[in-house]
Amino acid sequence: MKTDDLIAVLSTNPGPVDRSSVVRTLCVALAVGSIVALGITLVGLGVRTDLMSARALIFLVVKLAFAVGIVSLALIYLTRLARPGGERRISVVLVAMPFGTIAVLSVISLGFAPSAHWDKMVMGNEWLECLLSIPIIAIVPFAATIWAVRRAAPTNLVRTGAFAGLISGSVSAMAYALHCTDDSLPFVAVWYGGTIVLCTLAGAILGPRLLRW
Amino acid sequence: MTTREIELKALMLASLDGDAASHRALLDRLSRRLRAYYKGKLAGIGRDATEAEDLVQEAVLAIHIKRHTYDPAEPLTPWVHAIARYKLIDFLRRSRASISDVPIEEADTIMAHDDNVHAESTYDLKRLMQRLPEKMRCSIEAVKLDGQSIAEAADRCGISESGVKVNIHRGLKTLAALISREM
Repeated sequence: MKTDDLIAVLSTNPGPVDRSSVVRTLCVALAVGSIVALGITLVGLGVRTDLMSARALIFLVVKLAFAVGIVSLALIYLTRLARPGGERRISVVLVAMPFGTIAVLSVISLGFAPSAHWDKMVMGNEWLECLLSIPIIAIVPFAATIWAVRRAAPTNLVRTGAFAGLISGSVSAMAYALHCTDDSLPFVAVWYGGTIVLCTLAGAILGPRLLRW
Repeated sequence: MTTREIELKALMLASLDGDAASHRALLDRLSRRLRAYYKGKLAGIGRDATEAEDLVQEAVLAIHIKRHTYDPAEPLTPWVHAIARYKLIDFLRRSRASISDVPIEEADTIMAHDDNVHAESTYDLKRLMQRLPEKMRCSIEAVKLDGQSIAEAADRCGISESGVKVNIHRGLKTLAALISREM
């Protein structure tokens, strides 16, 4: 086949192109992923019963702020990574900020507490449930994100996969926060932060297989 | 910013609005740059330059199919370079060469030279088209090969007008996938 012939084929009736489709598709995937994650949490685990108490609400806000912060940053970077060459415009330092902030706050809160409480503050009551729930709830948001990114054209598949994992893990953490009754900053830092990092690593490993085009 | 970048970006923006002549001019000019780029790269790692034309066509097809991912707020050169380089690394990985052979480079290298020596790739469009599902093949033949309007194609293939558009888009993606699997 001659290249000229191919170009002739491609430029016959090319039609206009929707320039906002990359961002819109990602937002649709994020919305679908969030709704499913929320649904699984509400139906499978249930909302914490003491939600209306002041302490529960404060910690719900802390957990949501942590997760939403990561989701927002990850969404901005995914809209870049989904485009060819977008990996040049990524700041890993900025993405590490929410993790750094929660880690610093945890150390401060541990510093104010007697050391006899440290074990309880870090491990909570339900660390195993958190460790399992967040990655499992993240599966559907991850699939939706991968679907959206595949419609674009990422050129760094490891990094794009990692950000797909990061956004899914934090969407999942957002939903799980409605159920979780472990209210301490070190618990959020270790178990929320840790599982989100796990999802990110899984995404980085799966990225090259799932995103090739 | 170079004049070439400004000219090509103007063509790209017109092409995204659906202007066929600009789209053709854009793909034509980019294909020459890509040819020079791939010949240089393949020669640099001691591979046969005849493979360059296959890569040129893969990249042209990718630029066409993925043109919705171009962000008009950004320059065009790095976008084209990222696609060209991605397709080169993918090609070398498929043909089991070491990808560490592709050195880090500036995005401008994609626009550095112009090569107008026409060659044929190893792909046979007609034969590849035979492997497409009927509706995709009919839609592409009607609109892309015979230059019929979407409405005429819908009539000819017995599907709706939006069906024709979807089938062209899917068909081109399938063709691109068949091409990368061929090798």
